[in-house]
Amino acid sequence: MLVQYIMLRQLNIDEVHAITDSMVSNILLAACSFFISNNMKYYLPRGEKYWYILVVSLMVSFLWMLAQHGILWLIFKEGDSYFSVIRNSWGIRFGAGFLLISSMSMFSLLWYSQQEQKETEQRNTETERLSKEAELFKLRQQLQPHFLFNSLNSISALTSSDPEKARHMIQQLSDFLRGTLRKNEQQWNTLEEELNHLQLYLDIEKVRFGQRLKTEIIYKDEALTLKIPALLLQPIVENAIKFGLYDTIGEVLIKLEATKEVNTLKIVVQNPFDPETSQPVKGTGFGLSSIQRRLFLLFARNGLLSTKKEGQYFITTVVIPQITGTQQPDTSSEKEQMADLISSEINSRIHDKINQTIKRKMK
Amino acid sequence: MKVVIIDDELLARGIVKEYLKSYSEADLIAECSDGFEGIKAIQEYKPDLIFLDIQMPKINGFEMLELIENPPAVIFTTAFDEFAIKAFESNAVDYLLKPFSKERFDKAIQKYLHHADTTTSTQEVVETAAQSPTQQNRVVVKDGNKIKIIPINKIHYLEAADDYVKIITDEGSFLKKRTMNFFEESLSQYHFARVHRSYIANTQLITRIDPYEKEGHLLLLTTGAKIPVSKAGYMKLKEVLGI
Repeated sequence: MLVQYIMLRQLNIDEVHAITDSMVSNILLAACSFFISNNMKYYLPRGEKYWYILVVSLMVSFLWMLAQHGILWLIFKEGDSYFSVIRNSWGIRFGAGFLLISSMSMFSLLWYSQQEQKETEQRNTETERLSKEAELFKLRQQLQPHFLFNSLNSISALTSSDPEKARHMIQQLSDFLRGTLRKNEQQWNTLEEELNHLQLYLDIEKVRFGQRLKTEIIYKDEALTLKIPALLLQPIVENAIKFGLYDTIGEVLIKLEATKEVNTLKIVVQNPFDPETSQPVKGTGFGLSSIQRRLFLLFARNGLLSTKKEGQYFITTVVIPQITGTQQPDTSSEKEQMADLISSEINSRIHDKINQTIKRKMK
Repeated sequence: MKVVIIDDELLARGIVKEYLKSYSEADLIAECSDGFEGIKAIQEYKPDLIFLDIQMPKINGFEMLELIENPPAVIFTTAFDEFAIKAFESNAVDYLLKPFSKERFDKAIQKYLHHADTTTSTQEVVETAAQSPTQQNRVVVKDGNKIKIIPINKIHYLEAADDYVKIITDEGSFLKKRTMNFFEESLSQYHFARVHRSYIANTQLITRIDPYEKEGHLLLLTTGAKIPVSKAGYMKLKEVLGI
């Protein structure tokens, strides 16, 4: 506005005319810019966006010129000598107006496209994070129904032959289930916690399979504090047990060895198998694919899980990178309470059932 | 009524044993912890009824039944096996889902007592179950008194032999009472092709295909075996090999 005023003054135009002219034209220009920018906020042209800007800018500039003339005409009325100045300067006015309006629209276009891109990006990362979390949750949660029903069947058998042992097994199964539910909410555990959870599982399996199943767990105390994704160990051992028990006859020894290495925790699980009758394992095979997927989602790396055969033994090796600061903040205690509630509910129902059975027996 | 229980878990056998106590006519003659023992016991004692678990070491319950000439009546017991349950549901054969109650057990016994002839439906169940993924990548055969588990990648080719199919493998040939159509279907997802009415070949072992007689061809396997190829078989082979 000031620039225009000074310019008009230099052309020997009196103060009143100069101020009025520059005010009218500049306020109108500001209104036009505001209009364009606001328009872009709600409608961003795709494809031919430069043509769009050119056409819109030209149109708006033209309207601006018309409005300016009209308003100035209303103010000064016909016959004012100043009109000749306005008429003579229309080229410059139009040029300046067009330049300002088009650069304004160009700027708005860039600004809003960038804004939109940022939003899309944010949305994408959010979606990705959610789907990854959902998948991880699902992978963690895979409790084998076969294990559960067979354990319940064992308990059912024990209720009459050895009620005390039946009650003990219910306790073990409940603790195991509670652990599974609670750990579902956590991403990371120490090896010690995972081994405790594994022990519950092994105790139950030993009741089921009796003398056939032997286990050996080897570790040094220094490894106990290392971090491991929650509920990773048990499915690996479950897989080894199934493979071992159903592929051979007679006693089966499952060996687990955990060692601390440079920045990693290495876990080796070994089970016997029959190389004569087993299919060559495709990839990692035999139910380990979900473990592999989990490791990939957590570490964005392949090759952390590997398997090999050594004579009569099938060996599964997992390498867990130890990243400092991997400990995730504890998730909402509400969910944990929920898990507790569910497992104690299961627990009490099983207890009721067994008490009824025992009572019936005693009658 | 002679009864045999076949289950790899001691406690699972225990519950059947306990429920059976209320039937004075039932005579439990053997308890087996795997399919091999099961076959022996069935051949030796000729039981009237067996309680059979599905998931067992080495060979499963269905595979065990395949190997028995005239299987006795069966009540299947299983914890969770989607495929098995599907096989049962379309048949008259009874099955008990673990853990099962005494009432449910009694029902199964009553059903057996009133419809003693369940052999044909047992056969159907076994055939349906043979399509399950675990059973599709191996074939269980009897070799004299021994039982052989053949992983399908060790099969060279199959040849029709009257009511049987001859399976030629690394370790010689074995007979299995099945149809060529059965094998053609179950092996189709692997690298096998029905090259002739009487032959199914492992296409990974092919070294040469020569023209033979008028419209036929002859396959040469790496093992040295020669297999005739019919005109239709040649088309199928080209499809499988992608030539």
